[in-house]
Amino acid sequence: MEEKMVFAGFGGQGVLFMGKLLAHAGMLAGKNVTWIPSYGPEMRGGTANCSVIISDNRIGSPTVDEPTIAVVMNGASFDKFVDKVKPDGDLFVNSSIVDRTTDRNDINIIKINANDLAYDNFQTSKLANVIVLGHLLAKKNILNKEIIFKAIDEMVGEKRPEMVEINKRAIELGMSV
Amino acid sequence: MTKMLMKGNEAIAEAAIRSGCKLFFGYPITPSTEIPEYMSKKLKEVGGTFLQAESEVAAINMVYGASATGVRVMTASSSPGYSLKQEGLSYLAAVELPAVIVDIMRAGPGLGGLGPTQADYFQITKGGGHGDYHPIVLAPATVQEMVDLTMEAFDLADEYRTPVVIAADGILGQMMEPVEFPKGSSKDLPHKDWAATGAKGREKVNVSNYCLTNEIGERNCLHLQKKHEYIKPRVQRWKSYKTEDAEFIIVAFGTSGRISETAVDLARKEGIKLGLIRPITLWPFPEKAFEGILDQVKGFMSVELSTGQMIEDVRLVVNGKVPVKFFGKQGGMTPAPEEIVTSFKAQFGLE
Repeated sequence: MEEKMVFAGFGGQGVLFMGKLLAHAGMLAGKNVTWIPSYGPEMRGGTANCSVIISDNRIGSPTVDEPTIAVVMNGASFDKFVDKVKPDGDLFVNSSIVDRTTDRNDINIIKINANDLAYDNFQTSKLANVIVLGHLLAKKNILNKEIIFKAIDEMVGEKRPEMVEINKRAIELGMSV
Repeated sequence: MTKMLMKGNEAIAEAAIRSGCKLFFGYPITPSTEIPEYMSKKLKEVGGTFLQAESEVAAINMVYGASATGVRVMTASSSPGYSLKQEGLSYLAAVELPAVIVDIMRAGPGLGGLGPTQADYFQITKGGGHGDYHPIVLAPATVQEMVDLTMEAFDLADEYRTPVVIAADGILGQMMEPVEFPKGSSKDLPHKDWAATGAKGREKVNVSNYCLTNEIGERNCLHLQKKHEYIKPRVQRWKSYKTEDAEFIIVAFGTSGRISETAVDLARKEGIKLGLIRPITLWPFPEKAFEGILDQVKGFMSVELSTGQMIEDVRLVVNGKVPVKFFGKQGGMTPAPEEIVTSFKAQFGLE
């Protein structure tokens, strides 16, 4: 098993956190994992992204040129990654914000109105990222819910223990839609 | 031991603290900034001091002063900042002061860019500053190695009384991987009787090296030369991967080393007997890794994030016995493993 993933959006959408949470869970599951942010000049100008690899094998390059899974939280990220996704790969699109389309029919496009779901259920857009991550986990058999919950306990629990439960509910919401 | 997910830069900083590093002087620069950032938060918790210097030049001279008192000290920077530290590094080497200096390389020359590179190889391994000296140079390829080699760097620095450089790049500094922190080393290290710790009840010490006669200058240089020769056979580190039956070998360190490991696997799937030597010490260059395989191998290829620097050391070891080819990426770019295999096959006529 090996998934090469990209999480992209604008600053504040929590795309680095999504990637970290997934990488952390992958580590807890005993997989090889790497996480690397876009740290160069490309992050100046509003978009942020990170690459995550989860693999049963040793990981050579941690950078991802052709993701098997890409998550785009805003329009600029859709434009940047839609043509890079590997054929038969998955593109998760935050359809609350992104209204773009593509001619590509060799990839799976999975839309989720994450900001609307976040507002309707938690009265904040801040959990849109976690809802998308839950949706991704339901669609792709990468890691199970228990491992993600453990990662939330460790990562969120350390700094914001009061946010642990709501993050878990956001994962479950994303899984159920 | 529980695993933690950490950035390479943070892992270096945490490993330094666990190695007893008490002082850090530095000036922030992408992509190394998480090192001073982490130190600024954590060093005071162990009774140490973090100080943001007014420049890289100031920072390395503060390292000189701190090390002269016998305390474990570190500085970190990225390529343009590492350049600025060269004069101080030469001074540290001249008076044989232990210190750990980190270079998280970014693209040059000049202000260059923020992307990863290995183009400081010449500068780091051949001295960098003026005069005849070599720091010991360690090149990690994983975040775990950034922990292990940082811990080893402090021991090597104290054991051999020398500056030790950790040579990594922007990818390794920025990347997160799972790490474990081993217990600190319990190595029996020499007492620092040369340190300026206050001269009450003993002769004063002088940690400087200005030589007013050429005879003394020569004596000092010969002493350093002898030390280099002493270090060379004792400190060589490397990892060999699938070299036992290899007909061709890639030599690559750090990030290009880990990408080349994937390239070796790809080539093996095509039935090509390719192996990898991944130098971990860049100085001394791990000549021992080549012992016994020079007769079995038809050719080497050095893979670097530069226009070809380490290849000169590979050629010195291979000494003309078989061809030594090169594949590299510059300016912050990294190769895909497929590109490495394609170039390798083209250069050795295996298509």
